Amino acid sequence: MISETKLAHFDSLRLDSGVELAPVQVAYETWGELNAARSNAILIEHAFSGDAHAAGISAEAGQTGWWDNMIGPGKAFDTDKYFVICSNVLGGCRGSSGPSSMNPATDAPYAMTFPIISIGDMVRLQKMLIDSLGIRRLLAISGGSMGGMQVLEWAVAYPEAVACAIPIASTARHSAQQIAFNEVGRQAIMGDPEWSEGNYYGKTRPARGLAVARMVGHITYMSDDSMREKFGRRLRGKDEFAFDFSAEFEVESYLRYRGSQFVDRFDANSYLYITKAMDYYDLAQGRPSLGAALQPARARFLVISFTSDWLYPSYQSLEIVRALRSLNRDVAYCELPSNYGHDAFLVDVAEQTDVVRGYLASTYREAAA
Amino acid sequence: VAAVSTPPRPAFVRDVLGRSDYAIISELVETGSRVLDLGCGEGELLAWLAINKHVDARGVEISGARVQKAITRGVSVYQGDVLEALLDYPDGAFDYVILSQTLQETREPLRVLREMLRVGRQGIVAFPNFAHWGVRVAHLFTGRSPRTKLFPHEWYDSPNIHFLTVTDFEALAREEGWTVERSIFLAGRRRVTMLPNLMAEVAVFQVKAHEGQ
Repeated sequence: MISETKLAHFDSLRLDSGVELAPVQVAYETWGELNAARSNAILIEHAFSGDAHAAGISAEAGQTGWWDNMIGPGKAFDTDKYFVICSNVLGGCRGSSGPSSMNPATDAPYAMTFPIISIGDMVRLQKMLIDSLGIRRLLAISGGSMGGMQVLEWAVAYPEAVACAIPIASTARHSAQQIAFNEVGRQAIMGDPEWSEGNYYGKTRPARGLAVARMVGHITYMSDDSMREKFGRRLRGKDEFAFDFSAEFEVESYLRYRGSQFVDRFDANSYLYITKAMDYYDLAQGRPSLGAALQPARARFLVISFTSDWLYPSYQSLEIVRALRSLNRDVAYCELPSNYGHDAFLVDVAEQTDVVRGYLASTYREAAA
Repeated sequence: VAAVSTPPRPAFVRDVLGRSDYAIISELVETGSRVLDLGCGEGELLAWLAINKHVDARGVEISGARVQKAITRGVSVYQGDVLEALLDYPDGAFDYVILSQTLQETREPLRVLREMLRVGRQGIVAFPNFAHWGVRVAHLFTGRSPRTKLFPHEWYDSPNIHFLTVTDFEALAREEGWTVERSIFLAGRRRVTMLPNLMAEVAVFQVKAHEGQ
Protein backbone atom coordinates (compact mmCIF):
# COMPACT_ATOMS: atom_id res chain seq x y z
CA MET A 1 0.00 0.00 0.00
CA ILE A 2 1.96 3.02 -1.31
CA SER A 3 0.68 6.28 0.10
CA GLU A 4 1.42 9.83 -0.84
CA THR A 5 1.18 12.96 1.27
CA LYS A 6 -1.13 15.61 -0.18
CA LEU A 7 -1.45 19.27 0.74
CA ALA A 8 -4.52 21.42 1.32
CA HIS A 9 -4.29 25.21 1.48
CA PHE A 10 -6.59 27.61 3.27
CA ASP A 11 -6.63 31.41 3.37
CA SER A 12 -6.48 31.78 7.10
CA LEU A 13 -7.18 30.25 10.50
CA ARG A 14 -8.36 32.14 13.57
CA LEU A 15 -6.45 30.83 16.60
CA ASP A 16 -7.55 30.53 20.24
CA SER A 17 -4.91 33.12 21.10
CA GLY A 18 -6.81 35.61 18.92
CA VAL A 19 -4.12 35.69 16.24
CA GLU A 20 -5.04 35.13 12.60
CA LEU A 21 -2.65 32.74 10.85
CA ALA A 22 -2.63 33.33 7.08
CA PRO A 23 -2.21 31.47 4.87
CA VAL A 24 -2.32 28.00 6.36
CA GLN A 25 -1.44 24.62 4.94
CA VAL A 26 -2.21 21.08 6.01
CA ALA A 27 -0.54 17.83 4.93
CA TYR A 28 -2.68 14.70 4.82
CA GLU A 29 -2.89 11.16 3.51
CA THR A 30 -5.89 8.96 2.79
CA TRP A 31 -6.46 5.23 2.40
CA GLY A 32 -9.45 3.31 1.08
CA GLU A 33 -12.41 4.75 -0.81
CA LEU A 34 -15.05 7.22 0.30
CA ASN A 35 -18.45 5.58 -0.34
CA ALA A 36 -21.25 7.25 -2.29
CA ALA A 37 -23.11 8.24 0.89
CA ARG A 38 -19.84 9.66 2.30
CA SER A 39 -20.62 7.83 5.50
CA ASN A 40 -17.50 5.68 5.92
CA ALA A 41 -14.84 8.30 6.70
CA ILE A 42 -12.57 7.88 9.70
CA LEU A 43 -10.18 10.57 10.87
CA ILE A 44 -7.01 9.40 12.60
CA GLU A 45 -5.24 11.80 14.96
CA HIS A 46 -1.52 11.42 15.46
CA ALA A 47 0.35 11.72 18.74
CA PHE A 48 2.96 14.32 19.60
CA SER A 49 5.72 13.35 17.14
CA GLY A 50 3.60 11.64 14.48
CA ASP A 51 2.67 12.82 11.03
CA ALA A 52 0.13 12.31 8.25
CA HIS A 53 1.86 9.12 7.16
CA ALA A 54 -0.06 6.75 9.41
CA ALA A 55 -0.20 3.72 7.12
CA GLY A 56 1.28 2.09 4.07
CA ILE A 57 4.68 2.73 2.54
CA SER A 58 5.47 6.35 1.84
CA ALA A 59 6.04 7.21 -1.82
CA GLU A 60 8.98 9.52 -1.04
CA ALA A 61 11.03 7.65 1.56
CA GLY A 62 9.71 4.09 1.51
CA GLN A 63 8.82 4.39 5.21
CA THR A 64 6.11 2.39 6.95
CA GLY A 65 3.35 4.46 8.57
CA TRP A 66 3.32 4.93 12.35
CA TRP A 67 0.00 3.05 12.80
CA ASP A 68 0.36 0.64 9.90
CA ASN A 69 -0.50 -2.25 12.25
CA MET A 70 -3.94 -0.65 12.84
CA ILE A 71 -4.80 0.81 9.43
CA GLY A 72 -5.05 -1.27 6.26
CA PRO A 73 -7.05 -4.00 4.55
CA GLY A 74 -8.62 -6.24 7.20
CA LYS A 75 -7.03 -4.32 10.07
CA ALA A 76 -8.79 -2.45 12.90
CA PHE A 77 -9.39 0.56 10.66
CA ASP A 78 -10.22 -1.61 7.67
CA THR A 79 -9.40 0.27 4.47
CA ASP A 80 -11.49 -2.24 2.48
CA LYS A 81 -14.54 -0.85 4.33
CA TYR A 82 -13.60 2.63 5.43
CA PHE A 83 -12.06 5.78 4.03
CA VAL A 84 -9.28 6.70 6.44
CA ILE A 85 -7.71 10.14 6.69
CA CYS A 86 -4.76 11.38 8.74
CA SER A 87 -3.32 14.90 8.73
CA ASN A 88 -0.20 16.42 10.23
CA VAL A 89 -1.11 18.74 13.12
CA LEU A 90 -0.90 22.50 13.01
CA GLY A 91 2.48 23.49 14.44
CA GLY A 92 4.08 20.32 13.07
CA CYS A 93 7.03 19.99 10.78
CA ARG A 94 5.84 17.33 8.37
CA GLY A 95 4.01 19.43 5.82
CA SER A 96 1.47 21.39 7.87
CA SER A 97 2.02 25.02 8.88
CA GLY A 98 4.43 25.31 11.79
CA PRO A 99 7.37 27.31 13.06
CA SER A 100 9.60 26.02 10.25
CA SER A 101 7.14 27.29 7.60
CA MET A 102 7.91 30.44 5.64
CA ASN A 103 6.31 33.59 6.98
CA PRO A 104 5.04 35.40 3.85
CA ALA A 105 5.47 38.75 5.61
CA THR A 106 9.20 38.29 6.10
CA ASP A 107 10.13 35.62 3.55
CA ALA A 108 11.92 33.80 6.35
CA PRO A 109 10.81 30.89 8.56
CA TYR A 110 8.47 31.93 11.37
CA ALA A 111 10.68 30.36 14.03
CA MET A 112 9.53 31.76 17.39
CA THR A 113 7.29 34.36 15.74
CA PHE A 114 4.89 31.51 14.92
CA PRO A 115 1.78 32.09 17.05
CA ILE A 116 1.09 29.89 20.05
CA ILE A 117 -1.33 27.15 19.04
CA SER A 118 -3.79 24.93 20.93
CA ILE A 119 -5.34 21.50 20.52
CA GLY A 120 -8.53 23.35 19.59
CA ASP A 121 -6.68 25.16 16.77
CA MET A 122 -5.38 21.85 15.42
CA VAL A 123 -8.92 20.50 15.36
CA ARG A 124 -10.36 23.60 13.68
CA LEU A 125 -7.84 23.23 10.85
CA GLN A 126 -8.74 19.54 10.49
CA LYS A 127 -12.42 20.49 10.28
CA MET A 128 -11.58 22.77 7.35
CA LEU A 129 -9.77 19.86 5.68
CA ILE A 130 -12.69 17.47 6.27
CA ASP A 131 -15.16 20.05 4.91
CA SER A 132 -12.98 20.52 1.83
CA LEU A 133 -13.10 16.77 1.22
CA GLY A 134 -16.89 16.99 1.16
CA ILE A 135 -17.37 14.97 4.36
CA ARG A 136 -20.10 16.24 6.68
CA ARG A 137 -20.03 13.53 9.29
CA LEU A 138 -17.18 11.26 10.32
CA LEU A 139 -18.03 7.66 11.12
CA ALA A 140 -15.25 7.74 13.68
CA ILE A 141 -12.35 9.72 14.96
CA SER A 142 -9.54 8.05 16.85
CA GLY A 143 -6.04 8.58 18.13
CA GLY A 144 -3.72 7.88 21.03
CA SER A 145 -2.07 10.24 23.49
CA MET A 146 -2.23 13.77 22.05
CA GLY A 147 -4.37 12.20 19.33
CA GLY A 148 -6.95 11.35 21.98
CA MET A 149 -7.08 14.98 23.13
CA GLN A 150 -7.95 15.98 19.58
CA VAL A 151 -10.63 13.27 19.51
CA LEU A 152 -12.28 14.75 22.63
CA GLU A 153 -11.99 18.25 21.23
CA TRP A 154 -13.66 17.17 17.98
CA ALA A 155 -16.52 15.45 19.79
CA VAL A 156 -17.25 18.61 21.76
CA ALA A 157 -16.55 21.24 19.07
CA TYR A 158 -18.39 19.44 16.23
CA PRO A 159 -20.92 17.11 17.89
CA GLU A 160 -22.94 16.56 14.72
CA ALA A 161 -19.83 15.65 12.72
CA VAL A 162 -18.70 12.67 14.82
CA ALA A 163 -20.61 9.37 15.14
CA CYS A 164 -18.02 7.54 17.20
CA ALA A 165 -15.08 8.87 19.23
CA ILE A 166 -12.21 6.58 20.25
CA PRO A 167 -9.63 8.29 22.49
CA ILE A 168 -6.81 5.91 23.44
CA ALA A 169 -4.25 6.26 26.26
CA SER A 170 -5.22 9.89 26.62
CA THR A 171 -6.55 12.55 28.95
CA ALA A 172 -8.97 15.45 29.13
CA ARG A 173 -6.31 17.60 30.80
CA HIS A 174 -2.54 17.48 31.08
CA SER A 175 -1.36 16.72 34.60
CA ALA A 176 1.52 18.30 36.51
CA GLN A 177 3.64 15.23 35.76
CA GLN A 178 2.93 15.43 32.04
CA ILE A 179 3.69 19.14 31.97
CA ALA A 180 6.87 18.49 33.95
CA PHE A 181 8.27 16.00 31.43
CA ASN A 182 7.43 18.35 28.57
CA GLU A 183 9.19 21.19 30.35
CA VAL A 184 12.36 19.09 30.73
CA GLY A 185 12.27 18.49 26.98
CA ARG A 186 11.78 22.17 26.22
CA GLN A 187 14.57 23.20 28.56
CA ALA A 188 16.94 20.71 26.92
CA ILE A 189 16.23 22.35 23.55
CA MET A 190 16.28 25.96 24.74
CA GLY A 191 19.44 25.30 26.73
CA ASP A 192 21.28 24.16 23.61
CA PRO A 193 23.40 27.14 22.39
CA GLU A 194 22.59 26.17 18.79
CA TRP A 195 18.92 26.84 19.44
CA SER A 196 19.71 30.60 19.15
CA GLU A 197 16.26 31.76 20.29
CA GLY A 198 14.80 29.50 17.60
CA ASN A 199 16.66 31.12 14.69
CA TYR A 200 18.68 28.11 13.61
CA TYR A 201 17.10 27.53 10.20
CA GLY A 202 19.81 27.36 7.53
CA LYS A 203 22.41 27.02 10.29
CA THR A 204 23.44 24.29 12.76
CA ARG A 205 20.35 22.89 14.44
CA PRO A 206 20.06 22.31 18.21
CA ALA A 207 20.55 18.58 17.67
CA ARG A 208 21.94 17.88 21.13
CA GLY A 209 19.07 19.48 22.98
CA LEU A 210 16.42 17.91 20.77
CA ALA A 211 18.03 14.47 21.16
CA VAL A 212 18.05 14.78 24.96
CA ALA A 213 14.41 15.88 24.88
CA ARG A 214 13.58 12.78 22.86
CA MET A 215 15.52 10.52 25.23
CA VAL A 216 13.41 11.73 28.14
CA GLY A 217 10.30 11.22 26.03
CA HIS A 218 11.21 7.64 25.22
CA ILE A 219 11.68 6.80 28.90
CA THR A 220 8.16 8.02 29.62
CA TYR A 221 6.74 5.96 26.73
CA MET A 222 8.08 2.69 28.13
CA SER A 223 7.49 0.92 31.44
CA ASP A 224 9.82 -0.47 34.07
CA ASP A 225 8.81 -3.95 32.88
CA SER A 226 9.32 -3.30 29.20
CA MET A 227 12.74 -1.71 29.81
CA ARG A 228 13.83 -4.58 32.02
CA GLU A 229 12.71 -7.03 29.37
CA LYS A 230 14.21 -5.13 26.45
CA PHE A 231 17.53 -4.04 27.99
CA GLY A 232 17.92 -5.32 31.52
CA ARG A 233 21.40 -4.40 32.70
CA ARG A 234 22.96 -5.80 29.54
CA LEU A 235 26.08 -4.15 28.22
CA ARG A 236 26.45 -3.51 24.53
CA GLY A 237 28.94 -5.80 22.80
CA LYS A 238 30.95 -6.62 25.93
CA ASP A 239 30.80 -8.28 29.32
CA GLU A 240 32.82 -5.92 31.48
CA PHE A 241 32.65 -2.27 32.42
CA ALA A 242 35.02 0.08 30.59
CA PHE A 243 35.03 2.49 33.56
CA ASP A 244 34.28 5.49 31.36
CA PHE A 245 31.21 7.42 30.15
CA SER A 246 30.69 5.76 26.80
CA ALA A 247 27.26 4.27 26.06
CA GLU A 248 27.93 0.95 27.76
CA PHE A 249 24.46 -0.15 28.82
CA GLU A 250 22.13 -1.21 26.05
CA VAL A 251 19.50 1.17 27.37
CA GLU A 252 21.95 4.05 27.01
CA SER A 253 22.84 3.25 23.44
CA TYR A 254 19.16 2.73 22.59
CA LEU A 255 18.20 6.15 23.95
CA ARG A 256 21.12 7.83 22.19
CA TYR A 257 20.17 6.12 18.94
CA ARG A 258 16.50 7.12 19.22
CA GLY A 259 17.55 10.66 20.15
CA SER A 260 19.87 11.12 17.19
CA GLN A 261 17.37 9.50 14.81
CA PHE A 262 14.68 11.93 15.95
CA VAL A 263 16.82 14.95 15.11
CA ASP A 264 16.74 13.98 11.42
CA ARG A 265 12.97 14.03 11.21
CA PHE A 266 11.73 16.56 13.73
CA ASP A 267 12.02 20.30 14.16
CA ALA A 268 13.07 21.57 17.59
CA ASN A 269 10.72 24.56 17.48
CA SER A 270 7.79 22.28 16.60
CA TYR A 271 8.71 20.33 19.73
CA LEU A 272 8.30 23.52 21.77
CA TYR A 273 5.00 24.58 20.19
CA ILE A 274 3.30 21.20 20.22
CA THR A 275 4.30 20.30 23.79
CA LYS A 276 3.00 23.71 24.87
CA ALA A 277 -0.34 23.02 23.15
CA MET A 278 -0.57 19.72 25.07
CA ASP A 279 0.28 21.41 28.37
CA TYR A 280 -2.38 24.08 27.81
CA TYR A 281 -4.94 21.40 27.09
CA ASP A 282 -7.75 21.17 29.64
CA LEU A 283 -11.13 20.36 28.18
CA ALA A 284 -12.86 21.65 31.32
CA GLN A 285 -11.05 25.01 31.25
CA GLY A 286 -13.55 27.81 31.77
CA ARG A 287 -16.38 25.35 32.45
CA PRO A 288 -17.67 24.28 35.86
CA SER A 289 -16.76 20.61 35.35
CA LEU A 290 -15.56 18.05 32.85
CA GLY A 291 -19.16 16.88 32.56
CA ALA A 292 -20.25 20.39 31.63
CA ALA A 293 -17.46 20.50 29.05
CA LEU A 294 -18.56 17.20 27.50
CA GLN A 295 -22.25 18.17 27.54
CA PRO A 296 -22.37 19.09 23.81
CA ALA A 297 -20.84 15.76 22.70
CA ARG A 298 -23.24 13.40 20.91
CA ALA A 299 -20.89 10.66 19.71
CA ARG A 300 -20.72 7.18 21.17
CA PHE A 301 -17.38 6.77 22.91
CA LEU A 302 -14.92 3.93 23.19
CA VAL A 303 -12.26 4.88 25.74
CA ILE A 304 -9.18 2.67 25.99
CA SER A 305 -6.27 2.72 28.45
CA PHE A 306 -3.38 0.36 29.20
CA THR A 307 -2.41 -1.20 32.52
CA SER A 308 1.29 -0.26 32.40
CA ASP A 309 0.87 3.26 30.96
CA TRP A 310 2.16 5.55 33.71
CA LEU A 311 2.44 8.63 31.48
CA TYR A 312 -1.29 8.66 30.66
CA PRO A 313 -2.57 6.46 33.50
CA SER A 314 -5.97 4.79 33.42
CA TYR A 315 -7.40 7.19 35.98
CA GLN A 316 -7.27 9.92 33.34
CA SER A 317 -9.32 7.81 30.93
CA LEU A 318 -11.71 7.00 33.78
CA GLU A 319 -12.28 10.71 34.42
CA ILE A 320 -13.55 11.00 30.86
CA VAL A 321 -15.70 7.87 31.22
CA ARG A 322 -17.23 8.98 34.52
CA ALA A 323 -18.06 12.42 33.18
CA LEU A 324 -19.76 10.87 30.14
CA ARG A 325 -21.67 8.45 32.35
CA SER A 326 -22.92 11.28 34.54
CA LEU A 327 -24.39 12.71 31.32
CA ASN A 328 -25.80 9.28 30.44
CA ARG A 329 -23.84 9.25 27.19
CA ASP A 330 -23.07 6.07 25.30
CA VAL A 331 -19.58 5.08 26.47
CA ALA A 332 -17.58 1.85 26.52
CA TYR A 333 -14.37 1.54 28.46
CA CYS A 334 -11.67 -1.09 28.76
CA GLU A 335 -8.22 -1.16 30.28
CA LEU A 336 -6.13 -3.45 28.10
CA PRO A 337 -3.36 -5.51 29.71
CA SER A 338 0.08 -4.65 28.35
CA ASN A 339 3.65 -4.33 29.56
CA TYR A 340 4.60 -1.77 26.97
CA GLY A 341 3.69 1.37 28.90
CA HIS A 342 2.39 4.34 26.93
CA ASP A 343 3.82 2.85 23.71
CA ALA A 344 1.23 0.05 23.97
CA PHE A 345 -1.28 1.78 21.69
CA LEU A 346 1.37 1.79 18.94
CA VAL A 347 2.97 -1.61 19.42
CA ASP A 348 0.71 -3.96 21.43
CA VAL A 349 -2.32 -3.85 19.17
CA ALA A 350 -3.87 -7.35 19.06
CA GLU A 351 -6.60 -6.72 21.65
CA GLN A 352 -6.91 -3.07 20.69
CA THR A 353 -7.60 -4.25 17.14
CA ASP A 354 -10.44 -6.54 18.28
CA VAL A 355 -12.30 -3.94 20.32
CA VAL A 356 -11.84 -1.11 17.83
CA ARG A 357 -12.86 -3.26 14.86
CA GLY A 358 -15.97 -4.58 16.62
CA TYR A 359 -17.07 -1.23 17.98
CA LEU A 360 -16.59 0.44 14.60
CA ALA A 361 -18.51 -2.30 12.81
CA SER A 362 -21.52 -1.90 15.12
CA THR A 363 -21.41 1.90 14.77
CA TYR A 364 -21.30 1.54 10.99
CA ARG A 365 -24.25 -0.89 11.07
CA GLU A 366 -26.31 1.48 13.21
CA ALA A 367 -25.39 4.48 11.07
CA ALA A 368 -26.50 2.58 7.96
CA ALA A 369 -29.76 1.37 9.54
CA VAL B 1 -36.19 -13.86 17.07
CA ALA B 2 -38.79 -16.62 17.14
CA ALA B 3 -38.21 -17.02 20.87
CA VAL B 4 -39.90 -13.72 21.66
CA SER B 5 -42.33 -13.31 18.78
CA THR B 6 -44.29 -16.38 19.83
CA PRO B 7 -46.00 -16.04 23.21
CA PRO B 8 -44.45 -18.39 25.77
CA ARG B 9 -46.38 -21.51 26.61
CA PRO B 10 -47.60 -21.41 30.19
CA ALA B 11 -45.60 -24.30 31.60
CA PHE B 12 -42.40 -24.41 29.58
CA VAL B 13 -40.10 -21.53 28.90
CA ARG B 14 -38.10 -21.29 25.73
CA ASP B 15 -34.52 -20.34 26.19
CA VAL B 16 -32.60 -17.41 24.84
CA LEU B 17 -28.90 -18.08 24.32
CA GLY B 18 -29.37 -21.33 26.22
CA ARG B 19 -30.77 -19.68 29.34
CA SER B 20 -34.36 -19.61 30.51
CA ASP B 21 -33.82 -16.56 32.75
CA TYR B 22 -32.66 -14.67 29.65
CA ALA B 23 -35.88 -15.73 27.92
CA ILE B 24 -37.93 -14.28 30.78
CA ILE B 25 -35.91 -11.07 30.82
CA SER B 26 -36.24 -10.71 27.07
CA GLU B 27 -40.02 -10.90 27.48
CA LEU B 28 -40.07 -8.30 30.25
CA VAL B 29 -37.95 -5.74 28.38
CA GLU B 30 -39.96 -3.51 26.06
CA THR B 31 -38.84 -2.88 22.51
CA GLY B 32 -36.81 0.28 22.01
CA SER B 33 -36.13 0.83 25.72
CA ARG B 34 -32.90 1.85 27.48
CA VAL B 35 -31.26 -1.08 29.25
CA LEU B 36 -28.32 -1.36 31.63
CA ASP B 37 -27.05 -4.88 32.41
CA LEU B 38 -24.97 -5.17 35.59
CA GLY B 39 -22.40 -7.95 35.47
CA CYS B 40 -23.11 -8.39 31.79
CA GLY B 41 -20.29 -10.85 31.07
CA GLU B 42 -19.45 -10.94 27.38
CA GLY B 43 -22.54 -8.88 26.54
CA GLU B 44 -24.48 -11.77 24.98
CA LEU B 45 -27.85 -10.74 26.40
CA LEU B 46 -27.31 -7.06 25.57
CA ALA B 47 -26.28 -7.83 22.00
CA TRP B 48 -29.33 -10.06 21.66
CA LEU B 49 -31.64 -7.34 23.05
CA ALA B 50 -30.03 -4.70 20.81
CA ILE B 51 -30.64 -6.75 17.68
CA ASN B 52 -34.00 -8.33 18.53
CA LYS B 53 -35.63 -5.65 20.67
CA HIS B 54 -33.74 -2.60 19.41
CA VAL B 55 -32.83 -1.49 22.90
CA ASP B 56 -30.18 1.10 23.72
CA ALA B 57 -27.84 -1.32 25.50
CA ARG B 58 -25.14 -0.63 28.10
CA GLY B 59 -23.32 -2.94 30.44
CA VAL B 60 -20.93 -3.14 33.36
CA GLU B 61 -18.50 -6.00 33.89
CA ILE B 62 -15.48 -6.38 36.14
CA SER B 63 -13.55 -8.92 34.05
CA GLY B 64 -11.35 -7.23 31.47
CA ALA B 65 -11.30 -10.24 29.15
CA ARG B 66 -15.12 -10.38 29.11
CA VAL B 67 -15.39 -6.64 28.55
CA GLN B 68 -13.12 -6.92 25.52
CA LYS B 69 -15.38 -9.62 24.07
CA ALA B 70 -18.46 -7.49 24.73
CA ILE B 71 -17.00 -4.40 23.10
CA THR B 72 -15.84 -6.53 20.17
CA ARG B 73 -19.53 -7.43 19.78
CA GLY B 74 -20.21 -3.71 19.59
CA VAL B 75 -21.86 -3.42 23.02
CA SER B 76 -20.98 -0.39 25.16
CA VAL B 77 -19.63 -1.99 28.29
CA TYR B 78 -17.73 -0.37 31.14
CA GLN B 79 -14.89 -2.32 32.72
CA GLY B 80 -15.25 -1.82 36.44
CA ASP B 81 -17.29 -2.20 39.59
CA VAL B 82 -21.09 -2.37 39.38
CA LEU B 83 -21.75 -0.04 42.30
CA GLU B 84 -19.17 2.51 41.19
CA ALA B 85 -20.76 2.61 37.74
CA LEU B 86 -24.29 3.01 39.17
CA LEU B 87 -23.30 5.92 41.41
CA ASP B 88 -22.31 8.04 38.39
CA TYR B 89 -25.57 7.71 36.47
CA PRO B 90 -28.32 10.30 36.81
CA ASP B 91 -31.75 9.28 38.21
CA GLY B 92 -33.96 7.40 35.80
CA ALA B 93 -31.24 7.08 33.17
CA PHE B 94 -32.59 3.68 32.10
CA ASP B 95 -35.95 2.03 31.60
CA TYR B 96 -34.55 -1.26 32.91
CA VAL B 97 -31.55 -2.11 35.00
CA ILE B 98 -30.86 -5.85 34.88
CA LEU B 99 -29.06 -7.78 37.57
CA SER B 100 -28.96 -11.32 36.28
CA GLN B 101 -27.23 -13.95 38.43
CA THR B 102 -25.03 -11.21 39.86
CA LEU B 103 -26.76 -10.15 43.11
CA GLN B 104 -25.36 -13.09 45.07
CA GLU B 105 -21.84 -12.10 43.99
CA THR B 106 -21.96 -8.40 44.86
CA ARG B 107 -20.27 -7.11 47.97
CA GLU B 108 -22.99 -4.63 48.94
CA PRO B 109 -26.19 -6.09 47.50
CA LEU B 110 -28.61 -3.70 49.23
CA ARG B 111 -26.74 -0.62 48.03
CA VAL B 112 -26.60 -2.10 44.55
CA LEU B 113 -30.35 -2.75 44.58
CA ARG B 114 -31.19 0.73 45.88
CA GLU B 115 -28.92 2.34 43.30
CA MET B 116 -30.29 0.27 40.45
CA LEU B 117 -33.83 1.34 41.34
CA ARG B 118 -32.68 4.97 41.40
CA VAL B 119 -30.95 4.73 38.02
CA GLY B 120 -33.61 2.52 36.41
CA ARG B 121 -37.37 3.04 36.29
CA GLN B 122 -37.60 -0.74 36.64
CA GLY B 123 -35.20 -3.29 38.06
CA ILE B 124 -35.04 -6.88 36.86
CA VAL B 125 -33.32 -9.15 39.34
CA ALA B 126 -32.64 -12.83 38.64
CA PHE B 127 -30.94 -15.01 41.22
CA PRO B 128 -30.58 -18.67 42.21
CA ASN B 129 -32.92 -19.58 45.07
CA PHE B 130 -30.98 -20.89 48.04
CA ALA B 131 -34.17 -22.36 49.55
CA HIS B 132 -34.82 -24.73 46.64
CA TRP B 133 -35.69 -28.18 48.02
CA GLY B 134 -32.57 -29.70 46.42
CA VAL B 135 -30.36 -27.32 48.36
CA ARG B 136 -32.27 -28.01 51.57
CA VAL B 137 -31.98 -31.75 51.10
CA ALA B 138 -28.29 -31.60 50.27
CA HIS B 139 -27.65 -29.53 53.37
CA LEU B 140 -29.82 -31.68 55.62
CA PHE B 141 -28.35 -35.00 54.61
CA THR B 142 -24.70 -34.16 54.06
CA GLY B 143 -24.30 -31.57 56.80
CA ARG B 144 -22.03 -29.66 54.47
CA SER B 145 -22.31 -26.47 52.47
CA PRO B 146 -24.71 -27.47 49.73
CA ARG B 147 -23.29 -28.41 46.37
CA THR B 148 -26.01 -28.80 43.79
CA LYS B 149 -26.59 -28.10 40.11
CA LEU B 150 -27.46 -24.53 41.10
CA PHE B 151 -24.61 -24.09 43.55
CA PRO B 152 -21.87 -26.23 42.07
CA HIS B 153 -18.90 -24.69 43.86
CA GLU B 154 -16.92 -25.73 46.88
CA TRP B 155 -17.38 -23.26 49.74
CA TYR B 156 -13.82 -21.95 49.25
CA ASP B 157 -14.02 -21.20 45.54
CA SER B 158 -17.60 -20.03 45.19
CA PRO B 159 -18.14 -16.60 43.61
CA ASN B 160 -21.37 -16.42 45.64
CA ILE B 161 -20.87 -14.42 48.80
CA HIS B 162 -24.52 -13.81 49.70
CA PHE B 163 -27.09 -16.57 49.74
CA LEU B 164 -30.68 -15.47 49.41
CA THR B 165 -34.07 -17.05 48.88
CA VAL B 166 -37.32 -16.08 47.21
CA THR B 167 -38.82 -15.28 50.62
CA ASP B 168 -35.77 -13.21 51.60
CA PHE B 169 -36.13 -11.06 48.51
CA GLU B 170 -39.87 -10.59 48.98
CA ALA B 171 -39.31 -9.57 52.60
CA LEU B 172 -36.66 -7.05 51.56
CA ALA B 173 -38.93 -5.61 48.89
CA ARG B 174 -41.63 -5.07 51.54
CA GLU B 175 -39.19 -3.43 53.97
CA GLU B 176 -37.78 -1.14 51.30
CA GLY B 177 -41.20 -0.27 49.94
CA TRP B 178 -40.45 -1.58 46.45
CA THR B 179 -43.31 -2.65 44.25
CA VAL B 180 -42.95 -6.12 42.81
CA GLU B 181 -44.47 -5.73 39.36
CA ARG B 182 -43.89 -9.30 38.29
CA SER B 183 -42.25 -12.37 39.70
CA ILE B 184 -41.45 -15.43 37.63
CA PHE B 185 -40.08 -18.66 39.03
CA LEU B 186 -38.26 -21.35 37.12
CA ALA B 187 -37.16 -24.91 37.67
CA GLY B 188 -35.10 -25.92 34.69
CA ARG B 189 -37.20 -24.75 31.77
CA ARG B 190 -40.48 -25.14 33.62
CA ARG B 191 -42.37 -22.32 35.21
CA VAL B 192 -43.10 -22.82 38.90
CA THR B 193 -46.46 -21.59 40.14
CA MET B 194 -46.77 -23.34 43.49
CA LEU B 195 -44.54 -22.91 46.56
CA PRO B 196 -41.86 -20.96 44.73
CA ASN B 197 -39.53 -20.72 47.73
CA LEU B 198 -39.38 -24.50 47.79
CA MET B 199 -39.72 -25.33 44.11
CA ALA B 200 -37.97 -22.52 42.21
CA GLU B 201 -34.35 -22.87 41.17
CA VAL B 202 -34.22 -19.39 39.73
CA ALA B 203 -36.34 -16.36 40.58
CA VAL B 204 -36.84 -13.35 38.34
CA PHE B 205 -38.34 -10.25 39.95
CA GLN B 206 -39.35 -7.09 38.20
CA VAL B 207 -39.43 -4.35 40.81
CA LYS B 208 -39.66 -0.60 41.00
CA ALA B 209 -38.89 1.85 43.72
CA HIS B 210 -41.80 3.40 45.59
CA GLU B 211 -42.96 6.57 43.84
CA GLY B 212 -41.21 9.63 45.17
CA GLN B 213 -38.30 7.57 46.44
